[in-house]
This record gives sequence, structure tokens and C-alpha cells, in this order.
Amino acid sequence: MKQPPKKAYTMSHTEDVLLQASRISKKFGGLSALNDVSLHIRRGEIYGLIGPNGAGKTTLFNVITGLYQPSAGGFRFNGAHYQSGKPHLLAQAGIARTFQNIRLFSNLTALENVMIGRHVRTRAGVFGALLRDSSTRDEERAITARAHELLQYVGIEKSVQILAKHLSYGEQRRLEIARALATDPLLLALDEPAAGMNAIETESLKMLLQTIRGNGTTVLLIEHDVKLIMGLCDRVAVLDYGKKIAEGLPEHVRNDPTVIAAYLGGGDD
Amino acid sequence: MFSFGKSDQRWIFWLLLALLLLLPFLTDALLGRGWVRIVDFAMLYIMLALGLNIVVGYAGLLDLGYIAFFAVGAYCYALTGSPHLTQAFPVAFPDGVHLTFWIVLPLAALIAGGFGVLLGAPTLRLRGDYLAIVTLGFGEIIRIFLNNLNAPINLTNGPQGISRIDPVRIADVSLSVTQHIFGVEFPSVHLYFYLFLVFTALVVFVSHRLERSRIGRAWMAIREDEIAASAMGINTRNLKLLAFAMGATFGGASGALFAGFQGFVSPESFSLMESIMVLCMVVLGGMGNIAGVILGGVLLALLPEVLRHSVVPLQQALFGKTIVDPESLRMLLFGGALIVMMLYRPAGLLPSRLRRRELRGDEAAAEESVYDVTH
Repeated sequence: MKQPPKKAYTMSHTEDVLLQASRISKKFGGLSALNDVSLHIRRGEIYGLIGPNGAGKTTLFNVITGLYQPSAGGFRFNGAHYQSGKPHLLAQAGIARTFQNIRLFSNLTALENVMIGRHVRTRAGVFGALLRDSSTRDEERAITARAHELLQYVGIEKSVQILAKHLSYGEQRRLEIARALATDPLLLALDEPAAGMNAIETESLKMLLQTIRGNGTTVLLIEHDVKLIMGLCDRVAVLDYGKKIAEGLPEHVRNDPTVIAAYLGGGDD
Repeated sequence: MFSFGKSDQRWIFWLLLALLLLLPFLTDALLGRGWVRIVDFAMLYIMLALGLNIVVGYAGLLDLGYIAFFAVGAYCYALTGSPHLTQAFPVAFPDGVHLTFWIVLPLAALIAGGFGVLLGAPTLRLRGDYLAIVTLGFGEIIRIFLNNLNAPINLTNGPQGISRIDPVRIADVSLSVTQHIFGVEFPSVHLYFYLFLVFTALVVFVSHRLERSRIGRAWMAIREDEIAASAMGINTRNLKLLAFAMGATFGGASGALFAGFQGFVSPESFSLMESIMVLCMVVLGGMGNIAGVILGGVLLALLPEVLRHSVVPLQQALFGKTIVDPESLRMLLFGGALIVMMLYRPAGLLPSRLRRRELRGDEAAAEESVYDVTH
């Protein structure tokens, strides 16, 4: 019952839009980090969110994943309305995320990191842990098996028992994705997954993201690297100074004069 | 220890068990009866340290007021197993309250667990230093309450403490008098040793099971990174409260055992120093590792007694008088040991499973994890 319907959008949901953010604003003191931002993400697409540094990408991300409470506005996800979600409730609802500056459970192994990702889809409590009855044992076995599977899926199955903090940078990024996937997300939200990666690593990340989408998970991608976004995303939104200045197909957005101005630092000042 | 095969491990287990069962008799024969009592207290400290290990070692919540739960448990037992309440409520309890051990113990554990939630709830947003300060304050509040709740209604009897507490009785066998079983003489301290052994084993069992469970993993996730944990769908509020409650429950149960064993409780047994002592057992032994915590408990509970029995005679023999009193020497050694530990073994004497696993290499670890799943 707690298993989210994977690929449910092909069957039960006629609704095409997975996430609909409406007029989200977020102020930090006097600073307006987000100003009336609306956007929608369709099921099954890879949606890119780009913009210069400090444009509000991560802020929007944190609102959608429940870490921040928006000053105004709200969003619909998978048919339910959220104004100020709590992170664990949104994870339960099917949004999984990674972090811009990797936040793994560093003193735990890669396997345990992914096993923790299964927490939200499993149910054993204190009594299950103490009695270790057959259903708890089955659940533990399933958690371990799924974690191994996911480590293999993202291509770091060799590092199962290595502590997260001792993995290489690229492996840590992949482990974060595996951990997020362990929550069976409908929407996988990645905050600059290619930051600090070399060209080869970026290319293989791109392939991984395409596989993930191919398996039916919608992807929201914040990225600094415009090239990665252009080759990967179905649709792109551009944020600048907390406002959405463009949205649409990557080719259109790339040629949009306001976007070029924002990126080149031109504009009106 | 891990280079042994499975059958070797079984042998070691039985050997250890036999040794533990004979321990009071061996101690009695070799060191005298006073030492059996000291061993009993060491067992209580181990239980406390294991309880605190859940809060500090697993969930990563630094608690400097843990002894308060021990106090709550001890006073629960004292109030419900002594004539004391006659003074405050002569009509309701003409003879005091004398509940049986099997009611008092769960009651004390439950109430202490409730206090754990009470402490946990307002501190949910705090971490590290800030949490330490609040818990420290909580510990002191409990002690000061116990010290002052003798007026207007005499509940705790203030600094004098509560005496004439009923000894633990199990199936009409009082543990406070020497019993003869199959012709073998079991003095009171021996009987309490076995009682404490059973409860310590229970606490070890519970800790071990929790550590390798969904709940244990969630606690460790919170310890490692609370924001990431909540983003992974872990309800950090409930799990932190659960950690506080579980830790406090163990503290309360050992407090009740302490009251029954001692026959007397007073607020001065629950000072800040005791909290720090228990925390040091956890840190010194190896946070998050059950064997380490037990080792820390044994060492720190026995150290002062060893000093007490060796320092004075030694100085008498050498100088003809006592120059340094054992109590201050204890603190000196204690502080020194902590500094040395933090410099050379920051993870504790027996570091937790994961750090060991790293040193042993991947293959052995992979085997172990398969073993974990199938057992």
C-alpha cells in the first residue's frame, strides 16, 4: 500500500502535469529570493532549471522539497496541494532530491546510505526490530536486495561496503542519486549533479539520467552547465533574480535575448 | 575476534557466560564481598551507558542530563516501594505504598520514558552544544526538584532522601537476604548480581536488535545529517523523540534497580558529575558500539574503587602518610585518560562496527553483511 504506483501516470492518472508550482515567492528578510514563480513539470519529462548564480534555483528547489516554507504561493504535486510541506511528507509523496553540496551519511557505507533511502517505503517499527519476526526479516532482505540493485543501477556496485566519505566525488554523486531513487520517487530532483565533474563523468551522468527517465521517473534538473541542459532536457525554465524570465524548448530558450542578457551579465544596469 | 569461525564463536560465548555466572563467587573468593557490590554497581552503570548510547551513539543527540532519568526511575521505585508516602498521605496510604517489583519496574521505566519525551519535545530543533546545555539544565532541574519537593507536601523528603525502600522480591524470594539454593549459599549481593546480569543482557539484546534495524538506520541517518535524513522521508521529530524515550526507559529501569538494591535514594546520587561519568563511559568505550560501551562502563565504574583500594595503602607504605587523596587522584587520572583518548583513539577504545569494517577490507565485510541478512 505504501509502494507508490510506479509508472502510474500511464494507467490511472489522466493528469499530465506532475508538479504545478503557482506564484511562489520566498523572501529572506528584505531579500526577495523568489518572486512569483510559476511553472509546471509534466510526467515523464526531464525539466531543466537554469540561471546565473544566485538566481533562486536552489531556493525554488528547497521550497518544492519542503525544506523552505514559501512566503506566498504553493504547489500541487501528483494531485495534492502543498503550501508548506515537510520534507519527509514530500519524500513520502514521491519527491526525492539530491543536494548541491553532497549530503551523504558520510560515516555509513554506500549500502547503508541506500538502505536508509528505503525507510519511507518500509514499515518495521521498534517491535519488529526487537522481535525480528518473519515479516521484518523479509522486509530487511528486500531492503538489502533493492539497495544492491540500485547501487548496480547507478554503477557503483563495487563500492557497496565503502564508507560514503571515502568514495570518489563522482561516486558520491551517483550514490546520492541511488539513495534518492531508493525512495521510489515520482519526481527525482537533482541540484547541480554535474558540478565539479569532468567531461567524461558528465557524459555518463547524462546517460544515467536518460535511463532513469526511460524507466518512468520524471526528472527535475538544476544545472549551471548549459550544455548539459541543452542536450538532455525536454523543457527548460530560466530564473534570474528570483524571476522566471523564460520557459520552453531548450533551443528556443537558448536564443531568447533576455536569457542571453542574463547570462552575459548585460541587462539594464 | 572476527577471525574465529562460527563454532569458535559459540565456544567463546559459552565460556564468557560461564565466567559471568561464576563472577560473583570468584570476586568474593579473590577480592572479598565488598567487591561483589562494586561489580553490581558496575552492572548498573553498564545499563545506564547502554541506554545513553542509544541517544548519543545512535541518534547523535548529546545529552548531558541523562542521570535525571536514572533519578526518575529510582524515585518511582522509592515512592511506590517504601513507607515514605505515609507522611504526605496518611489517610490514603496508612502503610506507605508497596507495589511488587514487576509492577514498579515497568512503571518506573514508563514514567522515565515519559520524561524522555518531555525533555525531547522542546529540544527537537537543537543540536550539538545547544542541546547539551538544555539537557544539562534539565538534569539539574530534576535534581533540584527532588531536593526541594519536601514542601508543601513531602513527596521526596528533600536532601535527606527516602530510606527503608523495599528490597527487590521475585516470586516471594527477597534478594536482600542470603538464600540457599541446592546447598549453595547466595548472599544478597550475589543475587542482585544475577538480577542485574539478566537486565543487562536484555538491554544489550535490545540495543543490538535496534542497531541493525530500520529504526537504527534512521537514527544513524539523523546523526549523520538531519536535513538529508528528512529529505529521505525520515520523520526526524518522531525518531528523535523515540531515541530520547528509549534511552530514558533504560535509564529509568536501571534507576529502579538501583533503588531496590541500595534501599535508599537521595538527590546527591544524581549530580551532574554522574551524567558526565556515564557520557564518558560511552565516549571512552566507543560511541555506537555495544562492546565498547560495556568496556567503558566496566573501566570507569571500577577505576575509582581500584584507586581507593590501592592509592592509600601505597602512599602509606611509601611515605607513611596519605598525600593525595584517592578522590582527587581519580579526577586527575580521569581527565588525563580522556585527553590521551581523544588524541590517540578519538573513536573510543572499541570503535564502532563500521570503522573496524573499513580496516578489515571489503571481502570480510561483505560476508558479514550477508550474515546479518540471513540471521
